[in-house]
Amino acid sequence: MEYHGGTYDVIVVGAGHAGCEAGLAAARIGAKTLMITLNLDMVAFMPCNPSIGGPAKGIVVREIDALGGEMAKNIDKTYIQMRMLNTGKGPAVRALRAQADKFLYQHEMKKTLENEENLTLLQGKVERLIVEDGVCKGVITHTGAHYYAKAVVITTGTFLRGEIIIGDIKYSSGPNNQQPSIKLSEHLEELGFELVRFKTGTPPRVNSRSIDYSKTEIQPGDEVPRAFSYETTEYITDQLPCWLTYTTEATHRMIDENLHLSPMYSGMIKGTGPRYCPSIEDKIVRFHDKPRHQIFLEPEGRNTEEVYVQGLSTSLPEHIQRQILATIPGLERAQLMRAGYAIEYDAVVPTQLWPTLETKIVKHLYTAGQINGTSGYEEAAGQGLIAGINAARKALGKEELILSRSDAYIGVLIDDLVTKGTNEPYRLLTSRAEYRLLLRHDNADLRLTDIGYKIGLISDARYEKFLAKKAAIEKEKKRLQTFIIKPTPQVQEVIRKAGGSELKDGIRAADLLRRPEMTYEHIQLLAPAEEDIPADVIEQVEIQIKYEGYIEKSLQQVERLKKMENKKIPEDIDYDAITGLATEARQKLKQVRPLSIAQASRISGVNPADISILLVYLEQGRIARVSNE
Amino acid sequence: MEFDTIAAISTPMGEGAIAIVRLSGEKAIPIADRIFKGVGGKQLKEVPSHTIHYGHIIDPANGQTIEEVMVSVMKAPKTFTREDVVEINCHGGLMSVNRVLQLVLTNGARLAEPGEFTKRAFLNGRIDLSQAEAVIDLIRAKTDRAMHVALSQMEGRLSKMIRHLRQTILETLAHVEVNIDYPEYDDVEEMTHQLLREKATYVREQIERLLQTAQQGKILREGLATAIIGRPNVGKSSLLNNLVHENKAIVTDIPGTTRDVIEEYVNVRGVPLKLIDTAGIRETEDIVERIGVERSKQMVKAADLILLVLNYNEPLTEEDEQLFAAVEGKEVIVIVNKTDLPQKIEMERVRELAAGRPVITTSLLEEKGIDELEEAIARLFFTGGVEAGDLTYVSNSRHIALLHQAKQAIEEAITGIEAGVPIDIVQIDLTRSWELLGEIIGDTVHESLIDQLFSQFCLGK
Ligand SMILES: Cc1cc2nc3c(=O)[nH]c(=O)nc-3n(C[C@H](O)[C@H](O)[C@H](O)COP(=O)(O)OP(=O)(O)OC[C@H]3O[C@@H](n4cnc5c(N)ncnc54)[C@H](O)[C@@H]3O)c2cc1C
Ligand SMILES: Nc1nc2c(ncn2[C@@H]2O[C@H](COP(=O)(O)OP(=O)(O)O)[C@@H](O)[C@H]2O)c(=O)[nH]1
Ligand SMILES: [Mg+2]
Repeated sequence: MEYHGGTYDVIVVGAGHAGCEAGLAAARIGAKTLMITLNLDMVAFMPCNPSIGGPAKGIVVREIDALGGEMAKNIDKTYIQMRMLNTGKGPAVRALRAQADKFLYQHEMKKTLENEENLTLLQGKVERLIVEDGVCKGVITHTGAHYYAKAVVITTGTFLRGEIIIGDIKYSSGPNNQQPSIKLSEHLEELGFELVRFKTGTPPRVNSRSIDYSKTEIQPGDEVPRAFSYETTEYITDQLPCWLTYTTEATHRMIDENLHLSPMYSGMIKGTGPRYCPSIEDKIVRFHDKPRHQIFLEPEGRNTEEVYVQGLSTSLPEHIQRQILATIPGLERAQLMRAGYAIEYDAVVPTQLWPTLETKIVKHLYTAGQINGTSGYEEAAGQGLIAGINAARKALGKEELILSRSDAYIGVLIDDLVTKGTNEPYRLLTSRAEYRLLLRHDNADLRLTDIGYKIGLISDARYEKFLAKKAAIEKEKKRLQTFIIKPTPQVQEVIRKAGGSELKDGIRAADLLRRPEMTYEHIQLLAPAEEDIPADVIEQVEIQIKYEGYIEKSLQQVERLKKMENKKIPEDIDYDAITGLATEARQKLKQVRPLSIAQASRISGVNPADISILLVYLEQGRIARVSNE
Repeated sequence: MEFDTIAAISTPMGEGAIAIVRLSGEKAIPIADRIFKGVGGKQLKEVPSHTIHYGHIIDPANGQTIEEVMVSVMKAPKTFTREDVVEINCHGGLMSVNRVLQLVLTNGARLAEPGEFTKRAFLNGRIDLSQAEAVIDLIRAKTDRAMHVALSQMEGRLSKMIRHLRQTILETLAHVEVNIDYPEYDDVEEMTHQLLREKATYVREQIERLLQTAQQGKILREGLATAIIGRPNVGKSSLLNNLVHENKAIVTDIPGTTRDVIEEYVNVRGVPLKLIDTAGIRETEDIVERIGVERSKQMVKAADLILLVLNYNEPLTEEDEQLFAAVEGKEVIVIVNKTDLPQKIEMERVRELAAGRPVITTSLLEEKGIDELEEAIARLFFTGGVEAGDLTYVSNSRHIALLHQAKQAIEEAITGIEAGVPIDIVQIDLTRSWELLGEIIGDTVHESLIDQLFSQFCLGK
């Protein structure tokens, strides 16, 4: 039965990690928002690892928080353990990772959605979009309801024509046996979108009571309280440990012998899988010499005995999975609760998007999350946030937001997607960022709170606190830059104990802090501050002073790039009218339609000569104006 | 990037007997000041615009005098590019021009891309709109040509070495990265400062070695090796003198006297030539008679281009025919000289022997046919007939400048390691060095690091 279901500013399709951020951001900015999802019991569901954060990804979670998103707050309320990773390395690569109580995570997120003003949460299946004259005007559900809006965000994850594969069994399904989304996929093709087929997989789950933990190593959380959100003040103290075990020779033999049963090798799986998440059979084949692989046992929550077997992602037949489990110390008698599986799905080729995540083919339509060829909760959430912000701003007639590569990992992620596309499910890695010393875990607030505030996702109270922190950092830096430490016997004693060489003369506190063996604690002894300085301010002062030279170098690079970023390419440029462009470059430019010279120069296949020609062409307009005067 | 200071050798045709290193951009004058010592010690930044100054180019690294020069200073906006422009006029031949260029590049300028001065002139509104298309063609044509030349050069030892160094750095980077992105993998060995230092030191040493060979070997031997062969008295030395004279050569050596082989560097319509002639042996004609062909054969072997000279005024000899046989498979231009005298040579037979290769008639005495000859040389080079066996000067200086920068980056990495800076930060300089080396061989794709990561280590859930 076709009927009019209602009119909104923004409609978000899907309530996964991308959808939740998109819906909340849009509603909080002031757009009347409708969220439609297949199953309300599966909001913010984690189909794989019950874990949030890690290198690069953890920094994205901090960025989401600084921009006023929800993921950080939600995991802070629901973790079972947290650890800071890479503490032995430099500040640029420190990253937080949490194990989530995945059920609690869903409940908390659902509660937040339900309580959000401006947000309507609805169960339903979107099958078509309402598109008029190339502009998206709304959606139509399987029940025939027509919902209208000024902008629509699609965040359907791995559901598009999803197919689950276990051994020689293959069936149409969304993740974890949820219903797939077939009609929507077909409709996107009808609209002219190019789709690709990707694949990912998940390991088996076992019952904790059947694990012999005595054969494994314990992996506890950090004792220091940690949090993702800059606003979190309460910490969960009773953390649950994870456990570490290893594959054995018997495991590898078992896999070798049954490789012919793997759909990966029988040719049944055609989608491209991610290299960074290989299945166990992949690992054994590609790294045949490695005697053992790590297996982490991760509890899925506090109120369940289900344990996630990290490292054992596989699509081998169920009975082989049982035999493999039995070869692993601690899991000899493990009771299989869910078999591992691979899933194939459609994704939108992301070069069909503008950096705002609006599609080029249909205006006012945005896509975010795994549908754009990424993988991972954090990648999805980051995109969801940006798409939600931009959809709302579009609906409210405001200018859209694009984060640059030097602003945030989220900027790197989106720029990579829309500029280079991807041949495999895309995951963020720290090595994808050229300015990672600038994109740190600790300074996400300094980078992005201003933007979050301007957009309207950061409260006045929070912003004032932020400004106070910034002022305190500057004040303390200034103090250390002017405070002279004299070579008194006590001073020499402190320096000697720290393993440094004694002072010959007075030295500015900041300069002493730059010595590798010196920490702020030492400096505090030698140049005590008059007032108490909060730990987060100290952290900034220490990092900013200690790594000033390197930070400066990165900033110079950014400055150079900015010039190119500022050279805008008009959207209506006609690449066919530009003589001299190489054929490949012309094709790529027509496809990606970069918004700036900097973005153009990042497209593979566009070389410096093409950029020069483009520049000359762009300058023609300017010069014409000059000579007309 | 667009408006940094650029530099290149420019020897505009018919514009004087000197080679010019031209700088354009904001830092043109400060860079020139860094390496220029004027008489009376005056600073270029203080002189009025559009003035010329005499002095010396000094390497600030070691105080060595490189070259005696005239420097013109032209301040924006009344210059070709509408930026500050400095032109360093060198008298000392191609080699010393090159040294000056290198010095400019190591002191903060970037080597201009082909057509870049013109492009800037255009971008800064100096050239009018109607020339836009021409500029585009220029950029395209010159870049492609430069790329082609660069690529053919890169087949050699240098490119192999650079690829090897990049791979070494890349593996190290991947190792650092894997420690960062997958900290929970306890079976990947932690990249230590010690290990990193070893790798970085190795790379630095190798770059230093490359720089040495570049300075001793490549620079000295640059230019297209061009042999002038022919029987005695056909006009070989005259040809050489003519080419040198016509091009107001950047010549340091005085031809003649006692040496066996004379080498001259000339720039013929943008093509750098190293001309080789057996002029010095002329005094003892009879010796030449005996060893002429033998010697010619040797010269032919080493040459990229051969100018085979015949005498219009004499019938072809057995010896002439032997010379044609000796240049089989080489790039050859046949020159039939002395057309001012009566014809005794059988031109049809000459064309037959030339087998499609250009035949130019000249009278060196009356300076006729030289334009045609130069045209033929330029055409051969720019249509890709001649493979430059040695590096041309432009690319060479570019390589050297990049090697210097790569070395500097790796030295900064080593300093960081020694100061105990965390590895993931030292890695910034390591990456920079890897990128700079990549620019030499035209390969800077960042993606390869990620590929390396996943092929070198076993990772995943
Ligand atoms: C088997 C498996 C293994 C994975 N392994 C990993 C891993 O190892 N590491 C990793 O980082 N990531 C992994 N992922 C990916 C990770 O789960 C996703 O990247 C992330 O959940 C994507 O978030 P999303 O919001 O884009 O989509 P999802 O979280 O999938 O959410 C999609 C939402 O859209 C809704 N929806 C779908 N179709 C419709 C429709 N037609 N109408 C209305 N609503 C609809 C769904 O109900 C759901 O709420 C895995 C995913 C799966 C399925
Ligand atoms: N008439 C005439 N004489 C020439 C011409 N070119 C060179 N000669 C003369 O030929 C003689 C030999 O010339 P040279 O260059 O020494 O010949 P080489 O032995 O081949 O090096 C000299 O006396 C020149 O002046 C020419 O074009 N016409
Ligand atoms: Mg002679």
